[in-house]
Amino acid sequence: MTNSTHPASVVVVGAGQGGHQTAVSLREHGYRGSVTLISAEDALPYERPPLSKAYLTGEADQSQLWLRPATYYVRQSIDLVGGTVTEIDRAARTVRLADGSSYEYGHLVLATGARPRALDVQGAGLRGVHTLRTEQDAAELRAALATARRAVVVGAGFIGLEFASVARSVVPEPEGATARGSGGSTARGTGRPTARVPGRARCEVTVVEALDRPLARAVSAPTAGHFTRLHREEGTRFLFGRGVAALHGDGRGRVASVELADGRRLPADLVLVGVGVTPRTELAAAAGLAVNGGITVDSRLLTGDPRISAIGDCAAFPQVRSGNLLRLESVQNAVGHARLAAERITGSTTRAYDELPWFWSDQFSTRLQITGVTDGGGHDTEVVLGDVNSGAFSVLLFRGADLLAVESVNRPADHLAARQLLGRAIKVTPDYATAPGFTLRGHLAHPTPGRPRHTPGADRTVMPCRSSSADVTPSPDTSPPANDPS
Amino acid sequence: MPKITYVATDGTARTIDVAVGTSVMRGAVFNDVDGIVAQCAGHAQCATCHVYVDEAHLDQLEPARPDEDDMLGFTACPRRPNSRLSCQLKVTSDMDGLIVHLPERQY
Repeated sequence: MTNSTHPASVVVVGAGQGGHQTAVSLREHGYRGSVTLISAEDALPYERPPLSKAYLTGEADQSQLWLRPATYYVRQSIDLVGGTVTEIDRAARTVRLADGSSYEYGHLVLATGARPRALDVQGAGLRGVHTLRTEQDAAELRAALATARRAVVVGAGFIGLEFASVARSVVPEPEGATARGSGGSTARGTGRPTARVPGRARCEVTVVEALDRPLARAVSAPTAGHFTRLHREEGTRFLFGRGVAALHGDGRGRVASVELADGRRLPADLVLVGVGVTPRTELAAAAGLAVNGGITVDSRLLTGDPRISAIGDCAAFPQVRSGNLLRLESVQNAVGHARLAAERITGSTTRAYDELPWFWSDQFSTRLQITGVTDGGGHDTEVVLGDVNSGAFSVLLFRGADLLAVESVNRPADHLAARQLLGRAIKVTPDYATAPGFTLRGHLAHPTPGRPRHTPGADRTVMPCRSSSADVTPSPDTSPPANDPS
Repeated sequence: MPKITYVATDGTARTIDVAVGTSVMRGAVFNDVDGIVAQCAGHAQCATCHVYVDEAHLDQLEPARPDEDDMLGFTACPRRPNSRLSCQLKVTSDMDGLIVHLPERQY
């Protein structure tokens, strides 16, 4: 590592999980130049996953979201700046903020994230209509949920379903009432016994989705079917294949109903719009950087300007295997990108970004974990391990003989084994996966009959989630390339 | 606040006052203790906050839940009977004096 090539200063625009991690990783790699982390939000950097989960229920407060305490940034000489960047001046290597201040950079990292898509219909600006991205959004939604009686969720994506899960979860009755409960209570209307505490659901929930199933762009049909059943059992109503035409107010500026494209009106005192996000690419575009569904970067996460990187939700990066541009919205992606960018800036690596994507979602007491990516091209074969009706299963998605991704519902061991298999490019075919007795973990221990690839116990536990390049580069004796026609 | 001691592989130890209700993982990352990564920020998703709990304190801890138990099969350094994910160790007043040993690497 040659210090002479290090930039004297790094400015990071955006203090979400990716921007934050960039600053942390720069210091971990011994970077001694100035680090400026610019946040448009008036808060310490925090993690977002709990915003649609524990934070909404009130189990987690703001300080529990912080990625580090305030003292950390002081100790590490990370300059946390609150403000909105309005311009990148590439010639002057300076970013300008709305308040007129400016910061010179040796290297600039754009970690601008994404913003929720708004509903482009009349009434979208009424009070009581929410989106969920920031801690502020979540605080408002939590307050609204406390008194809401009828919630309509527009969009059956992860945000919408995680919110529905919280809104349909039971509020325990005050002490005393609970103590008198004599067990054997039944879920609302289903007649099945439940171990749940007695109480009432927070509110009625209707989910309106334009497509014919939930999570349509994210998961396979068997997994989507499971989540449909799960939410229905918990009392959520789904309206699939319906568009929203307008939102109507109560005459005092508050939302009162949601009008569907077919003219039907759903009464609502709370509307959550969860119809995806748009990457924040405006700054990059205005600075003349390429934008293609995200700020376009190369395999080292550099834009066309060698002094500017883009990472996380806002970045469209080439998938190593296919070369296709990919934009992912996940903690893993943000953190993985941040680490690579920091390593590259400090001269610790020149490697291409090739981390295996993974993701999770908690809904009711069900945990969905996904690893791999179907890469836009989709899959042609699904193999289900376990019984979908049992609520614990995995779906293996193949294109031809190649395993692309694995979705695991309440099967964490499958998920972890899949991360190993995909990360090390160990071949898994539909034939293997449908053979009697096949398990992902068993296949990891013995990938092909009679030819174990590694010795159990001897460091078989390298996680592809965050490996050095040596860990994920297939050694010559591992399986053939995934696109091998054999 | 309970005092928790983090011991690195080279034997250097740091003792930190960690607030009740937070996690052993957060006690480390909030105080610049090297050796705990916690990529997923505490959701039992990444197995990069692995610790070996000092035998004297093992009995005091709640046993690992199934998801943590599964995850412990995939840590970078070998799992031992006293392996835990520090993000799942919620700090209680009973934990005063807890000693955890950090593995050589987390990924």
